[in-house]
Amino acid sequence: MLQRIYAIFAARNREFMRDRGALAWNIIMPVIFMFGLAFAFSGEGRDQYTVGVLQSAPGIDYSRHPFLETRFIEFVTIRDEAVAFRKVERHQIDLLVQFDDASRYWVNPESPQGYFAERLLLQADAEAGGQLQKQQISGDAIRYVDWVLPGILGMNMMFSCLFGVGYVVVRYRKNGFLKRLRATPLRPAEFIVAQVGSRLMLVLIVTAFVYTGTHLILDTRMEGSYLTLLLVALVGSMSMVSLGLLIAARVTSEELAGGLLNLISWPMMILSGVWFSLEAAGPAVQNLASAFPLTHILNSARAVMLDGATILDVAPSLMMLTALSLVFLGLGARFFRWAPS
Amino acid sequence: MQTALEARNLVKRYPGVLAVNDVSFAVAEGCCFGLLGPNGAGKTTTVEIIEGVSPATAGEVYYFGKPAGHRFREEAGIQFQNTALQDYLTVRETLQMFRKLYARRADLDRIIEDCSLGDLLDRDNRKLSGGQRQRLFLAVALVNRPRLVFLDEPTTGLDPQARRNFWTLVQRIQGSGTTIILTTHYMDEAHVLCDQIAIMDEGQIIARGAPDELLQSRYDGLIIELPLDDLTDELDGIDHTVYESLGIVEIVTTDVSKSLESLAPHVDNLNRIKIRQANLEDLFLDLTGHSLRS
Repeated sequence: MLQRIYAIFAARNREFMRDRGALAWNIIMPVIFMFGLAFAFSGEGRDQYTVGVLQSAPGIDYSRHPFLETRFIEFVTIRDEAVAFRKVERHQIDLLVQFDDASRYWVNPESPQGYFAERLLLQADAEAGGQLQKQQISGDAIRYVDWVLPGILGMNMMFSCLFGVGYVVVRYRKNGFLKRLRATPLRPAEFIVAQVGSRLMLVLIVTAFVYTGTHLILDTRMEGSYLTLLLVALVGSMSMVSLGLLIAARVTSEELAGGLLNLISWPMMILSGVWFSLEAAGPAVQNLASAFPLTHILNSARAVMLDGATILDVAPSLMMLTALSLVFLGLGARFFRWAPS
Repeated sequence: MQTALEARNLVKRYPGVLAVNDVSFAVAEGCCFGLLGPNGAGKTTTVEIIEGVSPATAGEVYYFGKPAGHRFREEAGIQFQNTALQDYLTVRETLQMFRKLYARRADLDRIIEDCSLGDLLDRDNRKLSGGQRQRLFLAVALVNRPRLVFLDEPTTGLDPQARRNFWTLVQRIQGSGTTIILTTHYMDEAHVLCDQIAIMDEGQIIARGAPDELLQSRYDGLIIELPLDDLTDELDGIDHTVYESLGIVEIVTTDVSKSLESLAPHVDNLNRIKIRQANLEDLFLDLTGHSLRS
């Protein structure tokens, strides 16, 4: 059995490595994103800023300061000071303000959004008489490039796993290669294990390669253990590959497979916090995002890379990803079909 | 000689179509069995049911007396009519990959030599010609030292020389005692290679036996063939079986001289008359009323 799995595993690896276009795209795409963001993103903020309001009361009294009446800014209440500071450090909010007895604000000097939000705040404050005091963030301010790196690596892993397995299996089924394999002693589970193993190995190698290069050139932040980060990548990739296999379990059209894979991947890319924090999103969106594997991958990876989280710290996300993998694999094996019906 | 393969009452039904209708046959070990018929006759569907790649609506398949299962997949070699191989792999890597899927393994060097793949080992699968691909497909079907080989229209699309070479190869495989199931719509191919044939039409077997025996049982004599346009009037006085198809008139006779003598007054150009033996194509036309390749 192991020899059969290895035969399919090795053949798939060769196919991938020799498809130079696909290989290059897998490496080049995240690099382009990273460097593009590192050098260009700081010049352009998003349309909407997220500002934390440090206060104990649940509701915000928008009449307390003209800044609170500014349009296109999402104000969120934060009660705990330590939590609020961490959100500023981690780019989860662009600015933190407090309008109690003392009017103060905190901003991350590395945040391009924070810079613009601060300008708006100071302008509004000047109209109100200039009462605000700027405070220093006590912890390390994190650059946006540090924050976004896990997002880009995770997104690349997601596309590579979903399309690299889902699309390829559908192509195998459509062109009859799966039918040919079915006529051998190879079992569906062996084929699936080989595909999962091959894609996991290749995704981890490519991700490690891109991460190392980015880390060396941009000196990105890494507070935690590389082994923990590897585990997050492994378990996360496993969930994505399993999802790809489930989608490809019996689809016979590459066009349909492409549509389904896009249907799955784009919401994840938008709602899982690849580019910016979902802090300002409503609870419905946040609940939906928590069902996505990519959300757990990114939260875990950011916790390890930016906060030095341990395996125990990220265990809930790892368990969630493992559970998702088992569900996807189980359903994929149940519905798997070698040939078109 | 024991029975290598037995199909019992196979049925395959698609919505609105009965593709295989109660097909049964048995194949003795070491025999080359041909399943013949025109496109759409149901022969590929029948073979795919036996191979286990397509489920039957009803019926059973036995391999050496037992229901075909894991042992069958381990010992059967299959050359599909239409299939694909993994992209970016060389011929050598493809053979090695498939060989590792089996517990029974053939000597790869021997297969490479038999299938004349020695010069192609490092070539990408995608860059093989039609004949080279067919030889590779056959080699893939042989990597497990099969006791039973399925060849599904193996020479379709090959030039005459490549077809002849392929036949030689198949005869060599059969010479080693391997049982062969061949589907084809080339009657000359079946006649050369097969010990037993079954002719299928519209999902059913309509004739079965050794090719020569089938022909002898049906045709007692030779066939005189001439263009319909060369006839000057009706052949009412001819006391023989007469067929007409696609502008050609065929007369089955046991006495060629006498037939030609009675035919001469009705024909304006005797130079275009042909005399030949009956073949499987004639048999099929006779049985079904339409051409094998229609």
